[in-house]
Amino acid sequence: MSTTAVPDVAVAPVDQGFWTRHRKTGAVLLALGLLATVLFGALATGQQARFTLSETEGGAALEINGTVGAILFGVVTLLAGGALLAGMPKRRFTLVLGVGLLAFVLSFLCWQVSAAPEGRNFMPLVNVVRGTFVLALPLIFGALAGVLCERSGVVNVAIEGQLLMGAFSGALFGSLSGSVWVGLVAAAVGGAFISLLLAVFAIRYLVDQVVMGIVLNLLAVGVTGFLYERLMQPNAERYNSAPRFANWEIPLLKDIPLIGPALFRGNIFLYLGLLLVLVIHIALFRTRWGLRTRSVGEHPTAADTLGVRVLRLRYRNVIMAGVVAGIGGASYTLALYTFTKNMIGGKGFIALAALIFGRWSPTGALLAALFFGFADQLATYLGAIGSAIPSQFLAMLPYLATILAVAGLVGRVRAPAADGKPYVKG
Amino acid sequence: MEPGEIHALLGENGAGKSTLMNVLYGLYQPDEGEILVDGRPLRLSGPSDAIAAGIGMVHQHFMLVPVFTVAENIMLGAEQVRGGIAGFLDRRRARREVAEVSERYHLRVDPDAIIEDLPVGIQQRVEIVKALTRDVDLLILDEPTAVLTPQETEELLTVMRSLKAAGKSIVFITHKLGEVKAVADRITVIRRGRTVGTASPEASRDELAALMVGRSVRLTVDKQPATPGKPILEVAGLVVDDDRQCRAVDGVELTVRAGEVLGVAGVQGNGQTELIEAIMGLRPALAGSVTLDGEQINGWSTKRVLRAGVGYVPEDRSVDGLVKEFSVAENLVLDIYDRPPFGKGLALRPDAIAKSAQERIAQFDVRTPSADAAVGTLSGGNQQKVIVARELSRPLKLFIAAQPTRGVDVGSIEFIHSRVIRERDIGTAVMVVSSELDEVIGLADRIAVMYRGRIIGIVGPDTPREEIGLLMAGITPDGAGMTPTGDTPASAPESPGNEDKE
Repeated sequence: MSTTAVPDVAVAPVDQGFWTRHRKTGAVLLALGLLATVLFGALATGQQARFTLSETEGGAALEINGTVGAILFGVVTLLAGGALLAGMPKRRFTLVLGVGLLAFVLSFLCWQVSAAPEGRNFMPLVNVVRGTFVLALPLIFGALAGVLCERSGVVNVAIEGQLLMGAFSGALFGSLSGSVWVGLVAAAVGGAFISLLLAVFAIRYLVDQVVMGIVLNLLAVGVTGFLYERLMQPNAERYNSAPRFANWEIPLLKDIPLIGPALFRGNIFLYLGLLLVLVIHIALFRTRWGLRTRSVGEHPTAADTLGVRVLRLRYRNVIMAGVVAGIGGASYTLALYTFTKNMIGGKGFIALAALIFGRWSPTGALLAALFFGFADQLATYLGAIGSAIPSQFLAMLPYLATILAVAGLVGRVRAPAADGKPYVKG
Repeated sequence: MEPGEIHALLGENGAGKSTLMNVLYGLYQPDEGEILVDGRPLRLSGPSDAIAAGIGMVHQHFMLVPVFTVAENIMLGAEQVRGGIAGFLDRRRARREVAEVSERYHLRVDPDAIIEDLPVGIQQRVEIVKALTRDVDLLILDEPTAVLTPQETEELLTVMRSLKAAGKSIVFITHKLGEVKAVADRITVIRRGRTVGTASPEASRDELAALMVGRSVRLTVDKQPATPGKPILEVAGLVVDDDRQCRAVDGVELTVRAGEVLGVAGVQGNGQTELIEAIMGLRPALAGSVTLDGEQINGWSTKRVLRAGVGYVPEDRSVDGLVKEFSVAENLVLDIYDRPPFGKGLALRPDAIAKSAQERIAQFDVRTPSADAAVGTLSGGNQQKVIVARELSRPLKLFIAAQPTRGVDVGSIEFIHSRVIRERDIGTAVMVVSSELDEVIGLADRIAVMYRGRIIGIVGPDTPREEIGLLMAGITPDGAGMTPTGDTPASAPESPGNEDKE
C-alpha cells in the first residue's frame, strides 16, 4: 500500500490580517517619526545643538544644526517605521525598532537643546551617561535580586523592602561602627533578612508569594520608619552619619573619552553592580548552579526526580537575592545620602518592571534599568535647561514605556514556568 | 526482578501501580515494608539514592524541562563540570555522552534540540536516554504507551527488547493487555494496592482482564446499528489556537448527525481539546463556522451553547467538570441552577435541588454517602457519573464527551458507555473524543482521526486498528479511505427530535 505522509508544515488557512504586531509597531514608529520631523523640526531653532564630550560647555563636542538634526533624525524614525510597516524580515525587528526609537530621542534632543536659552544650549554627555548609571544602579541591583529569585521559581515582589532594609541597616551599622565595610555587610544581612522571611513563608508555609512580598514591603517601611523616627532623627550624629565609599578611579580606563569620566571614576557600587550582571549572567547560563536554578524555576518536579534539592536551592537563591538587593540599598546610604524615611520610594517596583522588561535575564535587566535611568536623567536635564515640557510629564514616560513593554512590545514575555508556584512533593 | 527481564505490572487506573513505583524511585516514602536489592534492604531518601542504586524511571508525565535542550535535560542533576567550585558546565562532554548512549542503544536523538519542539515519542526517547546515561540496571516505564501512536508504541517495544538484550531489567507499567503480552517475560497484576496474581505472557487476554478487575468484563460495547438523521453539528474550516498561540485546530471539517456517534481518535495533543473547546465557546475560533441544528453558534457564550441543547463532558473533570468542594447535589444543578424549579428570583430552592439530586443519584447509580457529600470525596468513576448525570438531564441535541472514561474504574466505564449509546438511540447527535482507541472503536459509528489539528480521515468502526493507527501517525492510505465529511446522502430522514426524552 502506498502511503502519503501529511506535510509537517501546517498551512494556516486563517487570514492573519494585515496588522501583525510588527506592522502595528511600525505604524506607531511612523507616527512618532512624523511627529519628530514636523513638530520637532518646526520648533527647533537654527542654532547649533552641541553634545559635549565633557561635563561642561567646553571641550570636544558633536554638533549639528538644531533644525537639520531634528528633521534628519525624524526622517530616520520615519524610515524605520516604514520599513517595519512594509514587512521587514522578523530577525531584524529589534534592531530596526531600536534605531527608530533612538533617532526619535535624538530628534527630540536636537529640538530641546537648540531651543534652550543661550549659555545652556548644550548637553554634557558625560553628566548624562553618569547620571543614567547612578539612577539605574538601584534598579540594577533590584532587578538582579529579582532574577535570582524568580529564575528559581519564587516571585520577588519584596525587592522594595529588601532595598530599603539594606539602605537602613547599612546606614545604621555604618554609623555605629564608623566603617563602610561593616555597613556594607550589615546592608547585605538586612536585605537577606527580608528575603529569609519571604523564603520561609513562601517555600515552607506556601503563603501566596505576591501577597507575602507586599506585606514584607510594608513591614520594611514600618520598621525602618519607626526606627528612623525614634533613633536616627533624635540622634543623627550617632545613628545616621555613615561614612561613605570614596570614588575609585580605575587606571587607564578612566582616560577613555566620555566613558572614562562617566563610568570609571565611580564608587564601588557601580563597579559591583556591573560585575554582578556579568557574573550572574554567566553563572545562570553556563554553570551547574545556573542549570539547576533554571530547571527548578521551570519544572521543579523534573529537577526533583533527578536529585536536585528543589527547596534548598530556592532558599539559597532567595537569600542570595536579599544580599544583592541589600547591597543595592546601601548604594544610597553608603555613597550618596543619609537615610530618610521610605527613601527607596518605589524603585523596587521599577526594578521589578525592569526584570520583566529584560525578560528575566541579567543583561536584559541591565538594559531595561539603563533605559529607566536615562529617562529619569533626561527629566532632570530638561528641567535644568528650562524646557517647555513639564518635567513631571517626562518622569511619567518610563512607566508608560513599562506598560507598553509588558503589554507585549518586546515580544512575548515568558516568565519561568514555575514562577510563583510553591513546590510540594508528590 | 531478575537481570535482563521485562516485568509487566498490570492494573487498572488507580490500582496503585504508579505509587508503588514512585516509592521504588524514592519519590514517596513507604509507610511500612522494605525494598530489597540483591538481597539487601534499600533505604531511599530521594531519587538520587535510587539513581545511585541503579534504578531509573520514565514517568507517565515526562520529567523534562520544556525550554531546555536535550543535552541540558540529560545532564541535569549529574552535570559534568570544569573549573572547580565555579562549576562550569562541560557541554561538549554532555553532548558526546548523549551521542554515545544513543549510538549504543540505537536511540537517535539530537542533543541540541529544544524539548518543547520535539514530538512526544522523541521526548520519551530522551527520557530513556536520560536514564541510560545514569547507568541504571533497572528501568521503570510508567504507562509509557499512553501518549504514543500504535507505530511509536511498536518502536518502543523494540527498544525495550534491545535493552533487555543488553542486560537491563525493565518494569513495564500499563493497563493495556496487548502490549504486555507482546514483550513481558513475567506479569504481576495489581488491584487496589495488592498483588492479586502473577501470570505468564501466555495467559489469555480475558484471564488477565479478569485478574485486573476481579471479575470478568465485557471488553466490547453492545449496540445496534445507528440510524443517523439530519446533521446536527456542522463544523467548517475551523481554525483555533492553543494557549501558546500556536495553531491547534487547522481547518477542521466535521458533521455529526442525529442518532449517531462520531468518535474522534488521535494521539493526545493533536488539537482535539481545542476543537471541543471552540465548539463549546470556551476558546475563540479564528476562522470557520460551527453550526448547531442549522444555527450558527460560533461567538456564542458557553452558557448560550449549553442552553441551546448541548451536553458537555469535559476532559479534565476535576478542573472543568466539577466544583470539588461543592456537594453532589449542587454539582448536579451547576448548569441550570438559575432556572425553575431550582432557582427563583435571586434565591435557590434547596428542596427542589435535593429532590432532583436523589433522583439522579438513583438513576445514574452514583455511589455517594449522601447527596450533600462534597463531590471531591467521591471516586473518579462516581465523579464522572455525576457529570454525565448532570449533562444528560437536559434535553439535548448534541452530546459531547471528551475522554469520558479517563481514570474511571471498569464498572463505571461500562455504565457510561451504555448511557452514551442510549443517548444516541433516542436521537441525540453524539461526539466522543478519546485517546483510547478501543473506546472510540467500541462506541463510534464513524471515526474521525485527528492529526496536527486536522481531520485526516474518517473511517468506519470496522476499519483495522493498524489502519487507524497509521492515520493517527499522520499517514493516509493513498486515495482510499478518505471520506470527506458531508458527502453522505443528504436526504436523511428527519430525526425524531429530543422532546420525547423527558
